[in-house]
Amino acid sequence: MSKSHPGLLHHFDDPEQQLDASQSGMWIFLATEVMFFGGMFISYTVYREAYIDVFAHASNHLNVWLGGINTAVLICSSLSMALAVHSAQSGHRRQIVFFLLLTMLLGTVFLGIKFTEYYHKYEEHLIPGFDFAFKEGNPGHAAIFFSFYFAMTGVHALHMVIGLGLLAYLAVKAARDRFSPLYYTPVEMVGLYWHFVDIVWIFLFPLLYLVGRHLL
Amino acid sequence: MNSDAIISVRTYVLVFIGLIVLTITTTAVAFIDLGAQWNTAAALAIAVIKALLVILFFMHVLYSRPLTWVFVSAGFFWLLILFTLTLADYFTRNIGGAPLPSAAPAAQAAPRQTSETAPRGLTTSESRATQRTGTD
Amino acid sequence: MNDAVPERRLHYLNVSYGVKSWLCTTDHKRIAWLYLLSITFFFFIGGMAATLLRLELLTPQGDLVQAETYNKLFTMHGVMMIFFFLIPSIPAVLGNFLIPMMIGARDLAFPRLNLMSWYLYIIGGLLAIGAAVAGGVDTGWTFYTPYSSIYSNTHVTLTVCGIFINGFSSILTGLNFIVTIHKMRAPGMTWFRLPLFVWSHYATSIIFILGTPVVAIALALVALERVFRLGIFDPELGGDPILFQHLFWFYSHPAVYIMILPGMGVISELIACFSRKRVFGYSFVAFSSLAIAVLGFLVWGHHMFVSGQSIYAGMIFSFLSMMVAIPSAIKVFNWTATLYRGSIALDAPMLYALGFIGLFTIGGLTGIFLATLAIDVQVHDTYFVVAHFHYIMVGGAVMAYLGGIHFWWPKMTGRLYPEGWARLAAVTIFLGFNLTFFPQFVLGYLGMPRRYHAYPPEFQVLNVMSSAGASILAVGYLLPLIYLVWSLRYGAVAGMNPWKATGLEWQTPSPPPTDNFEVTPVVTREAYDYARAEPQSDYVPGEVEHV
Repeated sequence: MSKSHPGLLHHFDDPEQQLDASQSGMWIFLATEVMFFGGMFISYTVYREAYIDVFAHASNHLNVWLGGINTAVLICSSLSMALAVHSAQSGHRRQIVFFLLLTMLLGTVFLGIKFTEYYHKYEEHLIPGFDFAFKEGNPGHAAIFFSFYFAMTGVHALHMVIGLGLLAYLAVKAARDRFSPLYYTPVEMVGLYWHFVDIVWIFLFPLLYLVGRHLL
Repeated sequence: MNSDAIISVRTYVLVFIGLIVLTITTTAVAFIDLGAQWNTAAALAIAVIKALLVILFFMHVLYSRPLTWVFVSAGFFWLLILFTLTLADYFTRNIGGAPLPSAAPAAQAAPRQTSETAPRGLTTSESRATQRTGTD
Repeated sequence: MNDAVPERRLHYLNVSYGVKSWLCTTDHKRIAWLYLLSITFFFFIGGMAATLLRLELLTPQGDLVQAETYNKLFTMHGVMMIFFFLIPSIPAVLGNFLIPMMIGARDLAFPRLNLMSWYLYIIGGLLAIGAAVAGGVDTGWTFYTPYSSIYSNTHVTLTVCGIFINGFSSILTGLNFIVTIHKMRAPGMTWFRLPLFVWSHYATSIIFILGTPVVAIALALVALERVFRLGIFDPELGGDPILFQHLFWFYSHPAVYIMILPGMGVISELIACFSRKRVFGYSFVAFSSLAIAVLGFLVWGHHMFVSGQSIYAGMIFSFLSMMVAIPSAIKVFNWTATLYRGSIALDAPMLYALGFIGLFTIGGLTGIFLATLAIDVQVHDTYFVVAHFHYIMVGGAVMAYLGGIHFWWPKMTGRLYPEGWARLAAVTIFLGFNLTFFPQFVLGYLGMPRRYHAYPPEFQVLNVMSSAGASILAVGYLLPLIYLVWSLRYGAVAGMNPWKATGLEWQTPSPPPTDNFEVTPVVTREAYDYARAEPQSDYVPGEVEHV
């Protein structure tokens, strides 16, 4: 193996070891993220079990169409991210940049829709602690639902923002031709991160938005 | 040299279509009343399938080394531990409706609600959400 | 022999000078020193808090500090000692320094992440100290809701931010260790030739990775509840304070295994070297480390027996807590079997190791008392619990840390510490420790609650004994601070392997070169090959051939 391989760091013996290490490292990091979000998921589960009726009514205040569109937007962004990695594996520099930018665009659309939803909640007095008002059941329990709504989607959105930063960094590097079929590890790593953020939303959407639609 | 398998664009697009179809499905099923338990079960099952599609294909896990499988499984297995033992508490409180033995601190014995929405073991309050002030 | 060396050999300490070369280093050995200095600093902060606590407890009345201040002191003591001393201590200092060397690597897998770990640790620590300076926190290190999330008027948010950031330091360290151990072992270094120190750090890293994020989210939710007035743990809104406890203890119980497993790894190394024998039951000890890490995640509810948790869950947790004691016991049996018919040398590291075995056993057995639900109902929140965990954390973990520091000091610094003073310090610490904490078992059993600044007069004698012991313990801790620093300049120059120990770290000069080994070693022998004797030397170096 050539030691002058692009990107080989000196404490690794060969590029294969370095790639293996990077992949393992990123997967371990994602495992920590599973536990991080998991803490919120179990908390939500506990309260949903206890207060299912109020949660159903509260959930119906969320805009299922915006939520559904956002889900589709994120799935599209996952596809474009996967294609970005694919382009890197195949060595198509301009395609890498294109798909990275497309992913960023879709991510931005997601965030835009998200903040629109937040603003609607503000207008409807459904932000706990800010003139909160809820009429279809125990307002305390509803406040708990919306607390989780904002906490979980907020932390998710924060991860998206970080992801956008990472994608921007990658796009710049890709434009400068830093990636090749021999070395595209950063693209792959950010891809794993981005897909993980998508998976979190895959669970958030039904658990938050689809609780009580059948009661409508 | 990266030794990753290169997955075809066709596979990616098929997975994408699957994900979109499942999203539409889960939304549609949500509007049908299957009983609260089954609605939840259906939503979770579909979400798990979607997640698996993303993990196996978009994240290349299907083509990865066994060690990667170990790391992925470990994360979800530990989540399972968190869920199982925590719910072991909540699902076994107030079994039979009897008050908790003296292990619980006194005072907060909330009056039992008679409606079917009696929460399991959590205290309830009819008061409105109040605004509180405090430092930090 | 001490100073004038003809041509200066370059090693990791003298290869570059200046503050920037230290603060921007990616060398795992330098980062270990950064950690060593900082955790010592936080240890003394926590120690000062403890000093004030023990001074207050000399008299039954609350006459030294107010009750609120006392609450802030024990909170500060817990937060500093647990999050900023014990949890990093052995992994971040000894683990960072030794793991690459023990496996024959040039560095950890992610050197820059390693440096970032240290900076995150420092930022977290400064935030916590900032909170203390600004007026402190009075919730206890356990931050139980709703007091911490709603009613406390102290600097909870700032402190939990510090702990949250520090959590990322832990996570990155654990990530680094796992990847390193999987991917960077030298040729021939199979899993079952690894030193047990490495196994124990692997197990610890599992806990770092999978536990820390949950306490991070628990504390984040507390902070969000304080700042944005969300309702998650507020009983008035239907929230459940016990949910916080579940999330908190899901990490904080495994955290105690973070604090003891690395120590056990150190002990395996010390016992083997100073008995001149391989560790008895190597694979049992290795698997027990993993078992402790995994089982440790299944027992957290034993902190919540009287909290309002379901009694049935309590029974499950009680049973599982008994189970987790088994692998620890297996280790103690194996160390004892290692000692049996060994050629025992009572150097300072060995004194610490022997002390560890005795004190950890007492601490562990009293843990079984506490795991027994019916007993715990009586002694929960008394000094019995305080004594139990100090036996493990101080009698166990701190002594293992000191033993390890002494053992590897020659490797890290190229100097020998003064053996006489070191033995004196070890004995002083052992005696001071027992005088401090054994009376607390009795106090707890008699009913003295913990976290109280005043107590009934009949408890005073035992409290005075405890405080007296603490003063002796303090002397014992100051001694190494003095003579270790002294040895940097005036200590005898250490050779490559002053202890004639096995292990790859002893096959490279003291202090080591930046890349640890001139040539990547090839491993052909087992880990503790002490008994294979040539008549004149009773050890064979871990690796035999260089590539």
